[in-house]
Amino acid sequence: MLTAGLTFLLIGLGGLVTSNNAGMSVPDWPTSYGYNMFTLPIKFWKGGVLYEHTHRLYAAFIGFLTTILAVWLWLKDSRKWMQWLGVAAFLLVVVQGAIGGLRVVLSDAQLGIFHGALAQLFLVLVCAIALFTSRWWQNSAVEKQIAVPRGLRSHVLYVTILIFIQLMIGATMRHQHAGLSIDTFPLAYGKIWPDTSPEAVAAYNEHRMEMNGENPITAFQIVLQMIHRLVALLIFLGVVAAAFLAGKKLGGRDGLAKFAWFWTGLIVVQIALGIATIETNKAADIATLHVMVGALSLLAGVLWWLVAARRTTLTKFAPAGQNGLN
Amino acid sequence: MKKSLLLLSLGVFSALQLANAGDITGTITLKGTPPPEIDIGPTMTAQSPDCAAMYAGRKFPTTHFYMVGSDGGLGDVVITLKGGDLKSTGASAAPALLDQKGCVYEPQIFAVQTGQKIIARNSDMCVHNVHAKPAADSGNPESNQLQMPGGADLPFTFAKPEAFLQFQCDVHPWMHSWVTVVDNPYYAVTDKDGKFTIKNVPPGKYTLVAMHRKLSAIYGADGKTVTGYKGMEKEIDVTGTGATTQDFTFTMK
Repeated sequence: MLTAGLTFLLIGLGGLVTSNNAGMSVPDWPTSYGYNMFTLPIKFWKGGVLYEHTHRLYAAFIGFLTTILAVWLWLKDSRKWMQWLGVAAFLLVVVQGAIGGLRVVLSDAQLGIFHGALAQLFLVLVCAIALFTSRWWQNSAVEKQIAVPRGLRSHVLYVTILIFIQLMIGATMRHQHAGLSIDTFPLAYGKIWPDTSPEAVAAYNEHRMEMNGENPITAFQIVLQMIHRLVALLIFLGVVAAAFLAGKKLGGRDGLAKFAWFWTGLIVVQIALGIATIETNKAADIATLHVMVGALSLLAGVLWWLVAARRTTLTKFAPAGQNGLN
Repeated sequence: MKKSLLLLSLGVFSALQLANAGDITGTITLKGTPPPEIDIGPTMTAQSPDCAAMYAGRKFPTTHFYMVGSDGGLGDVVITLKGGDLKSTGASAAPALLDQKGCVYEPQIFAVQTGQKIIARNSDMCVHNVHAKPAADSGNPESNQLQMPGGADLPFTFAKPEAFLQFQCDVHPWMHSWVTVVDNPYYAVTDKDGKFTIKNVPPGKYTLVAMHRKLSAIYGADGKTVTGYKGMEKEIDVTGTGATTQDFTFTMK
């Protein structure tokens, strides 16, 4: 639980690095300005360096916690698959650290996209481990469980996958380092679907004042943001449908039905943050919150599905007539 | 009387010297209204108090992407010459200074020759990093170096011509400068009134090119990628007598 919670905060810290265009403010790795990373004098912790360097230190701490977690699972958990899940978490955090370092050393913005996406997957993994080691997961009485219909579970799975795709689109947008490709909402350059002809894009760039020296925007980036907006709408409709279906199939008082409405609330907040990102011209704190709530939205879908799958599995061991299936 | 005539003659002679044969002069103007420049102060204050402290009692800098003078003259336009048998003399040219002062780069737009040294200097009391970011296909090397306050100057040279090669500081994300690398010694950057002079150009037929970083970007045929910069061009004939004048007018889209 501790690792999971602190990993979520690291996603925020990493988000601040990109939101403040600080990814290359410490040009070397694994050293920092030639110092051992853990001994960089505090006088250097200014401007973009503050975000980038503290994010590296914090990530090292998460790596340390993950190592402890992996060792603990290997030694203490009798379930073979859990032991290997701990190993997977350890390997994933090592790979994540290496990709982050290579992004800097090779000055490769594309690696930043993978680094962002892998962070989300790592968060999901450590949270899943927290769930699998919980008392509820290990000790739930089979006779108390209500199965979740397959159709509902599949629906939630598809929406969750769509959320991950949306996160990848968001990561791609952020790591273009081109700022906002569309700076108005709900219309885009005065239209429902913007003009992306070369002449129009040239005009957008002429009128754009990119204070942080962002790259010029391109038609591809404009279309990508439009897709991001459309997928957000699809996700909202999908999650609302999941909440209604869960209420109908499981009853309004069921924990998963309530959680589905909480998930809907998260998506509403996420959409509001997305709009606020545009309205504030990508203010670093707003954009970073948008990243963090996106991570929570993915996590909510995954945890919902895992709990639903567990409940359904447990009901198979319940006496006949007590599995809650319609 | 004789003294007056002598002084008058000297004055006329000096005036003639100012518009020597082989000089190209001109004025660049902008039609249309550019967007307002952004005050860097709030961002600087929020992200780097040590930079903001340098402006105590002074106005914070703004972006200056469009330097437009009172008569519509457009500054920071890079004027270059192509054609003829012009060759770079960059290796023997004096170094160009790129200074970091008050957490901004000075100058923001400048030009050098291929092989000419650029000296990056940190005149501030805070750390900067000097990140040269040429275009991916330019053939010029990317580099990212830390520069301590009062630390050694950092030299850069670029072997390939390139328009608006970007320098940035990743510690202070608003700090940018763009250098245009040209392959001959005949170039200029317009002043705040949009005026330029290129001196002592050998007689011949050339193409004069005017590029502005915001107004001259071009996009691929698919409209998807920025492929470079294409300036406004005019064919000119530099003769052995009299200056050649060529003006350009940019128009906001």
